[in-house]
Amino acid sequence: MLETIAQQPILAALIALVGLGTLFGGLLGFAAEKFKVEGDPIVEQIDELLPQTQCGQCGFPGCKPYAESIANGDAINKCPPGGQATINAIANLLDVPAPELDAEHGEEADVRTVAFIREDECIGCTKCIQACPVDAILGAAKLMHTVIADECTGCDLCVEPCPVDCIDMLPVKETIKDWHWPAPPTTADLIASDRRAQL
Amino acid sequence: MKTWVTPGGVHPPENKHQSLTMPIGTLPLPEKLIIPLSQHIGVPANPCVQIGETVLKGQKIAEASGPLSVPMHAPTSGTVSAIEHRPIAHSSGMLSPCIEITPDGREQWIEHRGIDDFQHASSSALLKTISEAGIAGMGGAGFPTAVKLNAGHQRPINTLIVNATECEPYITADDSAIRERAQEIVQGISILSHILSNPSTILIGIEDNKPEAIAALKPHVEDTGIQVVSFPTKYPSGGEKQLVYILTGQEIPSGKLPADIGMLCVNIGTTFAIKRAVVDGEPLISRVTTMTGDACGINRNYETLIGTPVSHMLANSAFDEKACSRLVMGGPMMGFSLTSAEVPIVKTTNCILAPSFQEIPEDEPAQACIRCGMCAEACPVSLLPQQLFWYSQAKDYERLEAHNLFDCIECGACSYVCPSNIPLVQHYRHSKGEIQKARAEKIKSDHARERFEFHQQRIEQAEKDKEAKRTARREAAEKAKATAANNRETSAPGSAADIIAAAQARAAAKKISPEQQRAKFERSIAGAEMRVSMAEEKLAEADPNRTQEQENILHAAVESARQKLDQARLRLAEHNKAHHGEQVD
Repeated sequence: MLETIAQQPILAALIALVGLGTLFGGLLGFAAEKFKVEGDPIVEQIDELLPQTQCGQCGFPGCKPYAESIANGDAINKCPPGGQATINAIANLLDVPAPELDAEHGEEADVRTVAFIREDECIGCTKCIQACPVDAILGAAKLMHTVIADECTGCDLCVEPCPVDCIDMLPVKETIKDWHWPAPPTTADLIASDRRAQL
Repeated sequence: MKTWVTPGGVHPPENKHQSLTMPIGTLPLPEKLIIPLSQHIGVPANPCVQIGETVLKGQKIAEASGPLSVPMHAPTSGTVSAIEHRPIAHSSGMLSPCIEITPDGREQWIEHRGIDDFQHASSSALLKTISEAGIAGMGGAGFPTAVKLNAGHQRPINTLIVNATECEPYITADDSAIRERAQEIVQGISILSHILSNPSTILIGIEDNKPEAIAALKPHVEDTGIQVVSFPTKYPSGGEKQLVYILTGQEIPSGKLPADIGMLCVNIGTTFAIKRAVVDGEPLISRVTTMTGDACGINRNYETLIGTPVSHMLANSAFDEKACSRLVMGGPMMGFSLTSAEVPIVKTTNCILAPSFQEIPEDEPAQACIRCGMCAEACPVSLLPQQLFWYSQAKDYERLEAHNLFDCIECGACSYVCPSNIPLVQHYRHSKGEIQKARAEKIKSDHARERFEFHQQRIEQAEKDKEAKRTARREAAEKAKATAANNRETSAPGSAADIIAAAQARAAAKKISPEQQRAKFERSIAGAEMRVSMAEEKLAEADPNRTQEQENILHAAVESARQKLDQARLRLAEHNKAHHGEQVD
């Protein structure tokens, strides 16, 4: 048997190639089953980069759906809370050019805000509690509500449903604890004599 | 003893002699003392005094809040005159909660006593004393000492290093303290050694530009096992990691602590405070601070009460405001400019520098980087300052981290040698802040994602439960309909008669016996009689001067009550007639 095969090089090559093909095919098939990746990893990666305010300004009900949409080819510049930094990070991840933020979906805020309920005016309607995507509002029907400031993402979804307009979005004040050094002025593009004249 | 040489480093003019001409002095009591509640790394202390309360020297005025916090004590006797936000020694120039004490001038101590025989005291008792005395690392970081020692206590420490390097120009606080208080310092070191269960090696690292201090220490360390190691002067040798390398030749891995390789570093000022706390029972209420710079007529070290405003120090040092280019807390390399002279001296303040315009001129404007590479040669941590500078400008935080930005000790050697006057350290500090901010935001957003997912899940679950209930109800209704249809089919012929019979049975069950009925009527008659008599009484008692209208109303009430009584009697009579045969009497 071996001799006949050895004498017919075409048959030998055929058997060897088919054999190798079956072997590697089997290996690949096994690996595909064994190391199967659940879900779409790119969606997870994009979701990691989004700011998780769950504000819906992009037109999707939360950050994860928007991440899914981006993975399916949607524009990456629809997230105002994330701003240019998020756009750049996603562009970097997907290896596409980074566009400017789409003004249609809102503007990038300078300071982070959190919701604050003027508690004297609250009538306890629970509408804001239902609107909050991260369960950051405490309260019960006909009882005063309050916002857990540390949990609030500043999405302002609670402002609109309030029937008595008692919710304000307050800017988060910088404290000594989260202060950090400002960037030094970048004046290196001016020559020294010009800069002295400027001062 | 063999010492090792760190890479890089610079040799700026030392300028230490000015403040060493006089011994450590004391300042007159200031008008107000301002004690910030946050003088250490960690959670701010919690005030435990009220405004207007009289406090004694050494009395606790703020409690430590949490494990990474230290208490504060009144530096002198007096009255608590305010608890409010004040400017503090922080590079941001922001306000922070402080306790203000107006001294009464009596310097009356609170009752205190130390541990006489610390050699026989337990480590935990000594640690508690140190923690209660409010001691936080006095070299500059302000890390609670008891926490550091406790961490050292849990891991085997074989080398205790006392940092007397004081490598930064101008500062002489440690130098003068050693010259005058060597014995107490050595006593403090033996307390530390006892707490750490006698590490095999105890080293005092000191630069060779302090021969007097070395000479002062030598007689006290004889036969104690403590070695005084002097090494060539170079800036920055006083960083923890640098000093460990110089003395032992061992490098502390990036992101690790000396305790991870069995070592512990303590500042020499801290050892003195420990001695005072343990042996004398005195909390940390004062420290040695250098007052120096050409804008001051008097350059010397003072034993300064914590909370003394910088302005008070300046006023007692013949300070010439016009000659001063800026006020610096700390040294010229790592210190920061003060925005106000009203900020107080804190536990970590080793120097106030008031330089003239010749000494430290205004910052020259930065010019373009010429890639000379001098910064890389000067870096004591062997980083690539130039690369870090490019990445900082490009805000490429990923690469900055990859280039070990967080190993930068911000010593300022690179800025010092830069021929283009680029404020390199400021770039690094800013980038570090930005990266830390991004990390904090990442944690926050991960948390928000978790909460959002939980919220979604909860809503879905609620929807599912509702749906399940709805289906259950629908099924029950269908089932009932099916049974009804079934019944109709099986008992269709006699159904009408059945229904009538059932109705009659129900009516019979509802019917009450004639006796009960009679009793009911009698009750209603009694009630009606009572109402009539009440209405008549009211009519009789009513005001004689009543108006016609009121009288009419009362009469009508009586009349209607009587009518109701008549009706009730009539009903009873009818009932009696109907059930005559069944009557018992």
